[in-house]
Amino acid sequence: VSEPTSDVAHDVVIAGAGIVGAACADECARRGLRVAVIERDIVGSGATAAGMGHIVVMDDSDAQFALTRYSQRLWQDLRPQLPDDVEYEQCGTIWVAADEEEMAEVWRKHDCYKKRGVPTEILDAQTLKRLEPNLRDGMAGGLLVPEDGVLYPPCAARFLLERAQQRGAELHLGASVAEIGEGHVRLTDGSEIRAEVIVNAGGASAPELTLGIEIKKRKGHLVITDRYPGFLRHQLVELGYLKSAHSLRSDSVAFNVQPRRTGQILIGSSRQYGAEHTEVDNDVLARMLRRAQEYMPGLATMSTLRVWTGFRAATPDKLPLIGPWPQDKSVFLATGHEGLGITTSLGTAKILVDLITGAKPEIPAEPYLPSRATKECTHA
Amino acid sequence: MAGQACRISTGGEPRGPLCGMGICFECRATINGNAHCRSCQILCEPGMEVTTDE
Repeated sequence: VSEPTSDVAHDVVIAGAGIVGAACADECARRGLRVAVIERDIVGSGATAAGMGHIVVMDDSDAQFALTRYSQRLWQDLRPQLPDDVEYEQCGTIWVAADEEEMAEVWRKHDCYKKRGVPTEILDAQTLKRLEPNLRDGMAGGLLVPEDGVLYPPCAARFLLERAQQRGAELHLGASVAEIGEGHVRLTDGSEIRAEVIVNAGGASAPELTLGIEIKKRKGHLVITDRYPGFLRHQLVELGYLKSAHSLRSDSVAFNVQPRRTGQILIGSSRQYGAEHTEVDNDVLARMLRRAQEYMPGLATMSTLRVWTGFRAATPDKLPLIGPWPQDKSVFLATGHEGLGITTSLGTAKILVDLITGAKPEIPAEPYLPSRATKECTHA
Repeated sequence: MAGQACRISTGGEPRGPLCGMGICFECRATINGNAHCRSCQILCEPGMEVTTDE
């Protein structure tokens, strides 16, 4: 950032106070930047409130691995400072293999994680059954990733933003951004804020402010049960999830369940393109719950308290957009995290602020730069 | 059960059946191992195991 001119009140203005915007505000404030955050709703009310809060290492690509692992380490460092209501629990993930074909994926994943220094444990059928007795009989086994964890995303976002505010960040709630660009943020009430850098952290709504971003809304459903302490101990994800999550076109559901500290069970997951409304889709919900019951029959008799939906910000190459937007030198992006935004919010914030201030990011930023998307666009 | 507590709320308060028609969820008990059953909506059967909070 160049020396701010006298009439520029902010170094950075962030549009969006989801967990990504909150983490970026926190990192800006920590490094002494004068930052303001604008949020039309409440903190953590978009995809943040519809995310499971699974802090997970993923290995779909080298770049995805690098960002999720980097971010997971940042969460672990932050853990002693997290307030109780963030409910961080290092419960571990078990990737569940239903058959021998999926067991081969367990071995591949194990080798991949081992090479990169992530501890894992291969579980045979008996060990899996001992760790999670409520899985149905006949599972082939699984892969335990003990350093994965869970947290409660809205409270995590609030914590990050409050910490930013303690360091001087401004938060404007109930203000809607109409337009950003060339160092200006124009709100829908006609007022303007000037800033050296404007960060679009608008999640699935980011294309409304920055035309031409390749982000599609990918709808998801979540269900939460009443309290059943002890029923579930780890975050369980079917390995078939990889097949369904990779499909770009069709609607898909997968078995993905999470134990909350209260004893409640959070049940996912569904993925839909082309669904614009927040209403619960009963067909998709029924498929999702059937899938969950195929893995854990005991879920069938449980009482559920709430069903809700949200929109992931999905990019074509499954990687977020972090860094300068090539078409306007005052605009930076921090969006496109799809289903990994809770995990990768902290790594995103570090990389983004490194790029803003000209520091060298701790992991290579190239795979996440928005310029890679426009390149693809031009060549397509 | 009228007037008696059948469960303890997460806030530590004794709770008992109120509406008797499956709406208020105050009559929840563990029936045959299933937690959070609305006891006012389930017919008693011989051998049924009903557990309330102490």
